[in-house]
This record gives sequence, structure tokens and C-alpha cells, in this order.
Amino acid sequence: MPDLKFEKIKCTGCKTVSCLVKCQYMDWDKGEAKKEWQKVINGEDSSILKDCVTCYACEEYCPFGNHPFYLIVERQEEKGILPQSRPITKQAINMTTAQGKFLVGKPEKTALSFCAIPRLYTLATGKLFEDVLPSWVLGTEFFCQAMFLHFARMSLIKENLPKVIDNIWNQGIREVIFLHDECYGTFTSLAPAYGIEVPFKSIHYFEHVYKKLKELKNEIKPLNIKAAYHRNCSARLVPETDHFVDDIFELIGVERVKREYDHENALCCGGLLLTSKGYDAGHDVQKRNIDDMVKFGAEYCVFNCPACWDPLAEKVARRGIKPIHMIDLCKLAIGEKQAVEVKV
Amino acid sequence: MQQQDYVSQIHRCFRCGYCKFPSDYSSLNCPTYRRFRFDTYSTGGRLWLIYAWLKGEIEWSEHLAEILYTCTTCKNCTEQCPMRFAPDIVDWIVGARSDMVEKGKIPPRVARFLEAVYGYGNPFKLLRGDRAAWTNGTKIYAPGDEYLLYVGCLGSYDENGQKMARSLVDVFKAAGVSFGILGSDEECCGNEVYMLGEMGLFQTLVEKNSQKFKELGVKKIVTICPHGYNVMKNRYPALGASFEVYHYTQLLNDLVEKNKVKPSRNKAKVTYQDPCFLGRYNKIYEEPRQILRSIPGLELVEMEKNRADAFCCGGGGGNFVMDLLAGSKESPARVRVREAYATGADTLAVACPSCLTMFTDAVKAEDLDSKLAVKDISQIVRESLPAKKRQLKQRKQEGAK
Amino acid sequence: MSDIYEALVKIVGKDCVSNHHEERYFYGRDPGLMTPHEADYVVMPRTTEEVQEIVRLANKEKVPIVPKGAGLALTGLVIPLKGGIVMDMKRMDRILEVNENARYVVVEGGVSQGALREYLKEHHPNLRHSVPEAPPITTIAANVVIHGQGRLTNQYGFNSDMVNGLEVVLPTGEICKIGSCSVGPYWFSKGPPLPDLSGLFLGWLGTTGILTKVGLKLYPKKKIKDLEVFVTDKKDLVPDIIFKITHTEMVEDLAVWAQERPLMFRGNYHINIFITADSEDELEMKRKMVYDSVQEYVDSKDAGFMTINLDMRRDFMDNPQKSMTAFADVRRGGGFEYAGPIIPMELYPECARKVAELAIKYRVVYGGSGRVIHGGHCMMFSFAYTFNRADLDEMDRARKALHEAAEFVADKGGVLWKPNIDEQKIMMERMDPNTLKLMMDVKKLLDPNGIMNPGNWEAK
Repeated sequence: MPDLKFEKIKCTGCKTVSCLVKCQYMDWDKGEAKKEWQKVINGEDSSILKDCVTCYACEEYCPFGNHPFYLIVERQEEKGILPQSRPITKQAINMTTAQGKFLVGKPEKTALSFCAIPRLYTLATGKLFEDVLPSWVLGTEFFCQAMFLHFARMSLIKENLPKVIDNIWNQGIREVIFLHDECYGTFTSLAPAYGIEVPFKSIHYFEHVYKKLKELKNEIKPLNIKAAYHRNCSARLVPETDHFVDDIFELIGVERVKREYDHENALCCGGLLLTSKGYDAGHDVQKRNIDDMVKFGAEYCVFNCPACWDPLAEKVARRGIKPIHMIDLCKLAIGEKQAVEVKV
Repeated sequence: MQQQDYVSQIHRCFRCGYCKFPSDYSSLNCPTYRRFRFDTYSTGGRLWLIYAWLKGEIEWSEHLAEILYTCTTCKNCTEQCPMRFAPDIVDWIVGARSDMVEKGKIPPRVARFLEAVYGYGNPFKLLRGDRAAWTNGTKIYAPGDEYLLYVGCLGSYDENGQKMARSLVDVFKAAGVSFGILGSDEECCGNEVYMLGEMGLFQTLVEKNSQKFKELGVKKIVTICPHGYNVMKNRYPALGASFEVYHYTQLLNDLVEKNKVKPSRNKAKVTYQDPCFLGRYNKIYEEPRQILRSIPGLELVEMEKNRADAFCCGGGGGNFVMDLLAGSKESPARVRVREAYATGADTLAVACPSCLTMFTDAVKAEDLDSKLAVKDISQIVRESLPAKKRQLKQRKQEGAK
Repeated sequence: MSDIYEALVKIVGKDCVSNHHEERYFYGRDPGLMTPHEADYVVMPRTTEEVQEIVRLANKEKVPIVPKGAGLALTGLVIPLKGGIVMDMKRMDRILEVNENARYVVVEGGVSQGALREYLKEHHPNLRHSVPEAPPITTIAANVVIHGQGRLTNQYGFNSDMVNGLEVVLPTGEICKIGSCSVGPYWFSKGPPLPDLSGLFLGWLGTTGILTKVGLKLYPKKKIKDLEVFVTDKKDLVPDIIFKITHTEMVEDLAVWAQERPLMFRGNYHINIFITADSEDELEMKRKMVYDSVQEYVDSKDAGFMTINLDMRRDFMDNPQKSMTAFADVRRGGGFEYAGPIIPMELYPECARKVAELAIKYRVVYGGSGRVIHGGHCMMFSFAYTFNRADLDEMDRARKALHEAAEFVADKGGVLWKPNIDEQKIMMERMDPNTLKLMMDVKKLLDPNGIMNPGNWEAK
């Protein structure tokens, strides 16, 4: 099993302990944080392992790229700590276990990956994708595995990821457009952190969509709306893609409202907090997030992650803000219909 | 053909009854169940009885045939059925019918329908030579014309259908559409023949029509009737007859959008009947509405059950001739005109000559003929054309003098 | 026999009677597993008076009558075991009265669940009734006659508990009003404060009379509804989880389900918790109370709330739940039947174990689910087995599985719901002899000629 490329010395020399000090769900001052973090490094028991809500943010906060979150996940698994309940963990594993059924369109050198999320298949239609379709893959055989970071199952990721890479490669695919940060993050952040070689090129769908929008510039009718961007957890693995949000917004006439819980300060959608911690923890995070959107006059809430959609979209809609996936937002700008909607 | 699958699949019906309803369960939406009310006349009943007949548990009888042939193939059941086989339901019924046709077990009305089509090229048993009687000099299709306007049997022979054909021709002429008709050379499209299960005759019709179209170099066909549209678009290609097929509302909508047809003010409160073969079969819901909305002064109101939930006029499956669902105030056309009237509309707009003729009779039976006009969309558009309006006004004035 | 046909034609008109083989065949079976038996006549009355005349005729000719709604109880209760007249009630489809302030509706005996739901949505949008998950063509009357359950059952009890009065045609032909409507114009009670005669008809499976009108309680309909799904992998925890959730008194419907496929559900027990509210604050208050009530199980990691995919949520919240009916096509065979005994909550783990065990033993596909009744006093546990109707051996195995399930539960003290004739026997064998004698005496009193759905509730 591959080892995490974690360098103790980077943490030893760290002056800021940003991973814990900036954490939005735990309250640590620098001194205490340093000591407690050392316990995690050493493989000792630590409250961090139980209190971590698995929001991935410390991957972004760490100034050294030393993968503090991946280390937490490793330690949780070593110690048998369950971030989620046992039955929900079982469900997640059952849901994504490869069945030997390859759901594919007509994969070519460049292909779309819908991971194991049928909703992405629903979203990826129209002019933005007509050049690539029907070259796509979907299903458990192509599941990126990153979800197991929420379940302290790094072992499953390490075991399955090479198989998934093979599955993609064996379809003749050499370049994958990933429609989810988790997937893109798996192959550009998680895999390298374990020295797992990724032979194909990974493209974030933001990049693809932005390129297509520029080609279709004459068909864009600026939307002239204010939108809150809900920044999902896996965006933390790939912060270098965040600029595309602004690039795309600019192209299609969307103002990204300057609210408190955006960028590095973004809040979890609350889904897993509700399921793992309880009502108050999850509700608080959701309320603060949506109140923030309302406060700054957002008309839309733009989602990047289909998994955030389920816990949050309706709640957003009930506060008078229209939830929309980034792909759908771009479709609206070129006169196409929204594929995934919520009605309240 | 694929409908032979029915033998191995038809037992899958659970007779749950979702097929009796529209999507909101507000009223009954299966035209035969509404009319007859025995569970046997619902889709579930039909499918169970076909299965029983296959197993030899019941024998063919006229009553079984009535149950089977009253089905108008409207596809409400397909729309509502919760099972995976839902898309195949009508195919199964057609499959059973085709088996019965092969065995010579069809009721007299059906036999007469098929014989008429075979002998006369239309189900009315009217002379081929009279097929073009309505045309009044309408141009016959010649190579180089953009569209073949396929008129269909109802458009050619039925009194109401002929009015529809004439008005559409006028509208096309006014818009400068390049088209021609086949005149008395036209043959039945075969949609009802297919639905009634006479596959041999259907194949012959397709071959005849396709041959004619090919000889004339036809590339694009526009039909008056959604039945013809449906069969030419969806069934002909499998038999090697592939053309670009449109229903007239698609073309007319295009013309309106491009300002080639400019209706002027026509104050009317209109409700629109989605024909089964345009709506549920081919998902064309908006173009007809867009045409109506483009007419200044026209207010479009929806019946409660519309689009995929529209209630069939009862004319499908050959019933615009055979009329197996007639004879009751619960006959589908009568039910539907009552629903149309309840919207407060003064006009019931249709896009199908079968609906036109069924509803024209129904408003009389319901004593609504002075309160609810039944008009095809092309008739409404034609009325709204400026030249036409002037003509009508002039006639009124002359009448007054 | 043809005299009977002519007599029926005279009562309801030619279009509403049939002695064609097709109707006799179709109305002689249901989509479950019970052996069919053809009817002699099928009749569709429109009025109570027509029903009365038919009943009088049946008494005179000593011909059985079987009243029928949609026949979707699946336990063969509408199969005319001794032939005779099947009376399809569905033409009696008028909704007669809604008293908003007293929150009740009066419907004719053939009004469907779907029709009432839509009627209320349109005309009384702040009122609803307890809609079962059965297909919408099922009737209000049949549902209460079999003590059915619905989306409000956790809050308010069996759907038969929600009856507010009846009009019944007795087996001897008298038209009888039951409840407050028997002394005045209001239908606010099925019995109290008078002797509760509704018990002579509810649960008797059509053997003591024909319901031509039903008064039914209506309940507040709130603007927002939501669903939470709480998941545990330990069936033994389910009774206590239910106990804790029901303690909040905030949940309108509570159902537990387990199934092998799709794979994501395997090995877990899922508890569907339905809450409704008129405002966000109310909804969140209820949600919090529910979450807090089971926090100890979340903390121990033995259970957790599921993040539900919105499409799945929409399917669950659909009422009736259309996707439940699709269980019939799992074997591509158009069939399922379920034994749905009523059990105390503490028997849930054993039943959950047994339904899966029987599926393995008899090689059939199962769905095991339960609906909590009236705050957890009891539960309907469903041993559901699906089958391919073209595979007689599979049908036989499903039948055996159901029979064994019924015996098992009855031995444990569960009570068989809407029992088929085998299950009726199982119940009667175990019944207190004086209770059984009372039942038989009542039946004999009401139906001296034994014409009402004979073969059912018959003790040897």
C-alpha cells in the first residue's frame, strides 16, 4: 500500500499551525494546536481525530502542502475512529463497490467522467459538451474514491484508485474532463500525495466550460445576476481552479457577491455535519451560510458539487435564492434550459 | 416486428390502475375506462385479458375484440405506468391485434375499416378519384417543391378535415411556402392500419407511399394530421422509407417566428387540445401554443389536463371512423368538450383532423355548438390574416346591405 | 341464472352489468397469489338504492355478493370464492360533503384515494386525508373496511380510526346509518357517544354489509413537508429508536424498510421520518426535536441520518408512493403479495430477520418494511415477496413463504392484517373461542343467508 508523502519536519518548523488555527469547526490557539498536532503526527490519541468534521479545508490552509487532512484520515482509520456512523459508512461502501458493469458512451481519447454520479450525466448536455459527447464514462468502475476521505477509509482509496485508473486507461482514454472537484482533486492532489501515478491528463470542467464559452461568445446573453458561490469541500484540494469561477462569471455576466463565507472561509454544506454530529452543528453551518447569501443580496446560489446540492439546495430555495449548478448557469447564459432544478 | 415480444412480456402488468389516471389523479384519463367503467376496459384489463387469451383461459369473442379495439392507443397508460415496460404497452396491444388479424379474428367494424383502406386507399370507402375534390386548384407536388404537403384521409374526405386542409393551404400560400400535394394520387398513411394490427397492409402502404415519394424526389414532408406525422416519422424508417417529416404546426411556428405569417388581431379566448400523436407520442407541446400566442388579442387558457395529461378525443385506433366509444355522455369527445368549455374559452383549438371531427360532433351532442367553436389552428391563423379579415369584414358589410 | 342477469339489468341498466366471460374472468382474480374463482355477474351500481335492490335480489336468489373497490389488497378478498355477483363500487364516485370546520368529508363508497386527494388540493387546500401508498384507484371505503393505513397513521392511527360515520347496506337489504349521522346531519363521529356500531363493519372484509357512504376525518395540511431517513445496521435498535422518535410527537409518518437491492441499501434498516410544517421555524423545530431524540445513537455511531438524494426524496414523499408499486416488476413478472401483520414494536427485529430468512429459504425476492401505527403502539410489518406470474413454481414458493411468515408471526402474538383465507384460518385457530363465537354470531345475525363475500371469516 502506498505511503502518504508527509514530511514531519515541515510541521515541526511550522510557525502558523494554520491547519488547526484556521479550522472553522475546532477552536485552537497556536500553542495548544502545535502540541496537539504533534500527537497526531506521532500516532497518539487526539481529540482532533474525533472532532474533525472532514471538511478538507486544512489541505488548503497548510502553507507547505503537507497534507494534514490526509494524515488525519490515515490516523482515524488506524484508530478505528468513525467520522460517520457505521451504517452510513457501510452504505457509502456498498453504493460505490465496483460491480463489473462498465457504463460507457463511446469513449475516445478525450472523455467526460461522470464518476458515480448520474446527476452529472443529466447536467452535461447541450452546446457546452457537444464536442465531447458521447465520449463519457459513468459508474462504480470509474468512481474516484475521494468520498472515502469523509469515512476514514484511506485504505479503500489506496486499494481501488489504481483499478479505477486502469479502467479509465483501458477505455482508450488519455484525457479526462472531470465534472467534479472530488474527481479532479483525486487525480491531481490525492494520487500524487501517495505517489500513485496518473497516466492520463486531468482537466477540470471549469476549464473546459470556460473554453467553450469563449468559443460561443456571440451566443452569450449576460445574465446580469448576483450569485453566491457555494464553495464545496473538495475545492480545497484544488484551489488553483478557483479563478475559473471568476473567469466564467465575468464572461456570462454574473457578480460573485463578496460575502463572508466564500474562498478560504467557505462553509461546509452541512450535509455530513448533520449526519455525523447532530442537528445543531449542521443547522448552524447551513444557517450561517444561507444568511450570509441573503445578507449580501444573492439572487442565485451557484453549486459546484452535486453532493452539496442534496442537503442545501432546497433550503437555499426556501430562502428565496435560486439554487443552480455551475454547468446549468452557463447553459442559461447561452439560452439553454436548466437541467437540474429544485421547486419549493 | 418488435410487437411479437408481447407474448413473452405481457404477463408483467400488475393491474395497479395507474393507467386510468393523469399525473395528478384528478379524474379518469383513460378514454375507454372513462367510457365503459368496467376494469376490463382499462389498460390493465386489456393486458390481462390478452394474456388469458394467449394461455387459452379465455376464447376470442366479439366482446374481447370490443375491449381490445376500443383502445384508442392514446398512450396515457404509457405515460402513467410505473413499470419499466411502460414504453411497450401500446406495442403489446398492437401485437395482440396483429395476431388476431392473422387469425382472422377481428370485429366487423375493424374489418370494414381495413377493407376500405385496402380497396379505396381510405377508411371511408370513398372513391380514390374524389380524394382531391377539396383541392380547388391547389398545386400538385412537382420535383423542386420544398415540401410535400401530405393531406391524409381525414383532410381529403372528411368535411371538417377538408376545411382544415383548405385553410392550411391558404396560410402556406400567404407565407410563400414552396409545397405541393399528391392530389388523388395520395394513399392512406397507414397509422391506424398499423395500430389495428394489419401489418401486411401497413407494409404495402408504406411501400406504395415511399415509392411515390422517391419517384417525385420528395425530401421533406409536412403533414396536416399528427397520425400521419407519427407514422411517417417513427414507423416508416424501419421499412426503408426515411424522409424529413414535420407536422404543420412545426412549420407554421417557424413561419410565425420568422415573420412570414403575420396574424393581426383576433380577439378570442382559446383553449388547446394536445393531440395524442403530437403530444404524448412525439412530445410536441409548445409549437402549437406559440402559434396561438403570437396572435394579438388571443387569450390562451389551459384545460386542467393538458400536455402529457391531455384527455384523448377518442378518435385514435381508427375510431374516428369506427366510433366504438360513442353513445354516452361519457364518450371521450363529449367529456373533453365539457372540460374545454369549463375553462371559459369560446374556442377549442385543435391541431388534428381527428380531434376536429370528433369535437365538432361532440359540441352538438353537448348542446354547446353555439358557445364553443371548434377550430383547427390553421383555421384560426387564416382568420387572423389581414387579407382574410378584410374579406370577412367586406362580406359582413355586404350581408348587412 | 339468466333471470338474475335480467333482474340486474333492470336495476342498473344494460351498460352496467356483464355476464361476459371477460368480466367474469377478470373480476374473478386479483394480482396476488390466491386461487382465482370466476364471478357469475359483474355489476356497477351508481346509487345506494341500486345497491339495496341488488342485495335484496341476492338474498332472494341466495346468490353471493362480493363488493369490490380496486382489488389491490392483494390477499384475494375480492375473489368471489363461491361465484355470484361482484359489485364494482367505483361508479359511486361522488364526494358529497366537506365540513371544513369540523374537518370531515363524506364520500360515496367508490370514491378513490386519488380523487379525494385532488379534490381537497383544489377545493380545501388546508385539509388532507391519510393517503395509503396503494395505487390511487383504491377506494376510501375498501381501505377502511380492511383497516388500512396511510401517511397519517403514525399520528392518528389506522385509517379506519379516522372514520366519522358510515352508510351501510346490510346483507338483508336495509340501509343503515352508523354514528352521529344516524341521529342528525353531522358526520363527526362513527360511534361515540353512542354505542359504536362501526365495529360491525370495519375489519369484516365485506362480510357484514356494503359501505355506500363513508365519513372520513380530515387533517390539517401544512405548507412544507420534509423527510429524514435515519439508518442503523442493528435491527435490535429499531424498537428503541422508534420509541424515542415517537416520544417527540412531531412526526406524521414513520416507516422502516430494508431491502437487498440496490446494493447501497443492503445490510441496513432505514427509518423514514416525515415531518410537515407551516413555516421554516416550525419545520426546523420539529427536525431538531427528531435529531435530538436519537442523538445517543448518533454519538455511539450505531446510527446516522442519511443525506438523501433529492430524486429519492421526491419518490418517498410522493403519496401514494408510485415507486412502491414498481416492486411488482422486480422479477419482470407483474406480481407481489405481502403479509402485513400488525405487531408490537418489540417484534420488529424478529420479523426483520424472518423476512430475509424466508426469502433465502424459498428463493424469492423480498422487501421488508414496517409502518408505525399511532405513535408506536404497534406497527404493520410487511413480508413482501415479489414473483413472476409466468413462473408457477415461483408463485408457489412465494405463497409458501407468505404462509410460513403468517404462522410465524401469529405464533408470536402478532395479528394478521387483511388476512387471506388461509390467514383468516390461522387467526381463527388461535382466537379466544368466545371471541370467535361472538364474531360468528354477529355475522350470522347480520347475514342470515350467508351471501356476503362467503368463504371469508368462516369458522368450521
